[in-house]
Amino acid sequence: MTEERNKVFITGMGIISSLGAGVQANLNRLLEGETGVGPIRNLETRLRDELMAGEISYTDNELAEISKIQDLRGISRGALLGVIAAKEAMKNADFSDPAVRTGIISGTTAEAMTNIERYLQDFLNNDRKNEYIESQDWGFSTEIIARETGINGYMTTINTACSSAANAIMTGTRMIEHGLLDRVLAGGTDALSKVMLNGFNALMIVDTEISKPFDRNRRGLNIGEGAAYLVIESERVAQKENILCEISGYGNSNEAYHLTALSPDGEGTAQAMNNALEKSRLQVGDIDYINAHGTGSENSDLSEALGLANVFGENPPPFSSTKPFTGHTLGSAGALEAVFSILALQNNLIFPNLNFKDCMDGVAVSPATEMIRNKQISHVLSNSFGFGGNNTSLIFSKVRL
Amino acid sequence: MIYINGTASISPQPTLKKEEFLTEIREYRANMLQCIEPDYHEFLHPNALRRLNRIIKLGWAGAKLCLDDAQLKVPDSICVGTGKGCFKSTEIFLLSLDDNKEQFIPPSPFIQSAHGSIAAQIAIQTGCKDYNMTYAHRSFSFESALIDALMLLKEGKYTNVLLGGVDEIEETQFKTFERAGHYKEPEVNNLQLPETKSAGTIAGEGSAFFLLENQPNNNTYAAVKSVHTFSNPPDASSVRQQIFYFLEQGNLAVKDIDLIILGLNGDVQFDPVYADLSGTIFKEQPQAYYKHLCGEYHTSTAFALWLAANIMRRKEIPDAIRLNDRPPDKLRNILIYNQYRNVNHSLTLITGAG
Repeated sequence: MTEERNKVFITGMGIISSLGAGVQANLNRLLEGETGVGPIRNLETRLRDELMAGEISYTDNELAEISKIQDLRGISRGALLGVIAAKEAMKNADFSDPAVRTGIISGTTAEAMTNIERYLQDFLNNDRKNEYIESQDWGFSTEIIARETGINGYMTTINTACSSAANAIMTGTRMIEHGLLDRVLAGGTDALSKVMLNGFNALMIVDTEISKPFDRNRRGLNIGEGAAYLVIESERVAQKENILCEISGYGNSNEAYHLTALSPDGEGTAQAMNNALEKSRLQVGDIDYINAHGTGSENSDLSEALGLANVFGENPPPFSSTKPFTGHTLGSAGALEAVFSILALQNNLIFPNLNFKDCMDGVAVSPATEMIRNKQISHVLSNSFGFGGNNTSLIFSKVRL
Repeated sequence: MIYINGTASISPQPTLKKEEFLTEIREYRANMLQCIEPDYHEFLHPNALRRLNRIIKLGWAGAKLCLDDAQLKVPDSICVGTGKGCFKSTEIFLLSLDDNKEQFIPPSPFIQSAHGSIAAQIAIQTGCKDYNMTYAHRSFSFESALIDALMLLKEGKYTNVLLGGVDEIEETQFKTFERAGHYKEPEVNNLQLPETKSAGTIAGEGSAFFLLENQPNNNTYAAVKSVHTFSNPPDASSVRQQIFYFLEQGNLAVKDIDLIILGLNGDVQFDPVYADLSGTIFKEQPQAYYKHLCGEYHTSTAFALWLAANIMRRKEIPDAIRLNDRPPDKLRNILIYNQYRNVNHSLTLITGAG
């Protein structure tokens, strides 16, 4: 594996987030600088009056219609979102050739929550909601997406909390490099849940306003929901006209520090970024934009900023967190941000880090605060860090054909 | 080839002592089999012991026993498969939300509710700061982690991978899935599982770990040759085709399989595919089964791999798992075939280390 690596290309992408359904809708809202974070309207929760979220405006019934799923037995909101994003990602791909070994690798962390939090009392006391019992499981949405898209090859689900989707993209890339698969639908889905909203709120890391990543006065994150999938293909099967970019690097590390916090010195975040750079054989100076994890929480932003300073020095390339646009979509965040990274490559754009005013104490790096246009973007690094100290960095590179 | 150079299993059977290999078999008259757990004081500081949930403890203890067996302190990388992960902590958190109307909720169950907490705790205990991955896809969870581990070792960046399959069963999940018809009613004797001839199975749990390396050493049990997964086969004949294809890829034929370990679980609705294999292509081969010992759970194939590794080292098949009385003339290749409710099917091929 060490010699000439098999190149891995992205040939399709699809997304649904609080910014809208579809890649174009998301790009438009990003260009307008308009956030998708706002009042909670669909999820039933007492926190509705206290907190905002990056909630997708469609109800479950509306999503079911958009998804065109016929068999809705036991369905979850995460599966609906996933099918919508997956179908968009696959619209240019010809999936009919059985000789192209196709798999699906999906990341999710809240998948089992949305139905169990509605129906647990039924599960325990009566037979009324039995059709939902098997959806309290992380593989559920992956299997529904596979069914609806006709993928019947390798299938798996990764749950490493907020780095799940980034790890799914990394694993898919590696399986293609190893020649185990020719094509992978990789990404993630997570729907808004009462469990996650209350969980992060109980940890006191939810901002009541729109988050302010990397700002000295940041108060926490906003929870969001969404799904995004990429079609990733080997050099052998990728059709030139469909190639959006190359996946040129990836790296993973663990903090070995705490179940929910990152090490305060940024060592773990730096290691993930260094591992990705090493894999890509790029130099730090080659990276034109970093789509940061940047949740807006006290601990995570500091650790990431220190990691950035550690890897890139005091003047890192322009970086920004797009989470003030979408909220933190947890298990799917790495996939949403992969789509945003590809949009940055395609359109030579750097998205602004909304709400940033003042640098943090102790580390003098500051994100891009205005939209930067017409800057040549060739390589984008995207960070995703999760509970359990699970850090993943991906590098996307422009392909000149 | 990738070698198993250490292993350990915590299961509903007395498997904690590695020198005893299924010499004593535990009989249950309950449809939920839980692990015979070690004294966690040997594994954890009292503070951690008090704080951590049961599955994180099960995971760490399994990992530590495996590392001890391999005489290793810090693994290079960690891959864990867990179908249900720390779901119990999510349930506790959710019930407290309901009870307290979403106010003044203690966050500690939430902190431990992430699937990745099991692999993260192993990283914390050992100080392993590199690759760390958690797969959570039903009955593919352990196989996915194993496939990843094989890729990692081929990539050459790490000299070893600590691989585990961990799942727990607890009352709420048991009741819920019993309602959905996954478990038998009324209670059966686990040792008579294949004869029950009724719908559903018995629930189980376990924590089995493996230290995998590119090179054999004097603690090598066996080698993992290959793994294959497939979903929703339309009939038994397509399962046979998948097995032929899988063996062919490894330049093997059915006659080369010296032992087939089957995941049959006593569910009259889904066991026929195993009966088909036992009665047709594997008719002449020695056959074994294992879920009467550990129960059914998403990562039960980790227990089956632990069995296969020990069988390979000892060159003996324990009586308790024999499905037919055909003795093997040699033990060179062992095939594990498992499926759950005809959705996730997997094949794992283990070969002798020599």
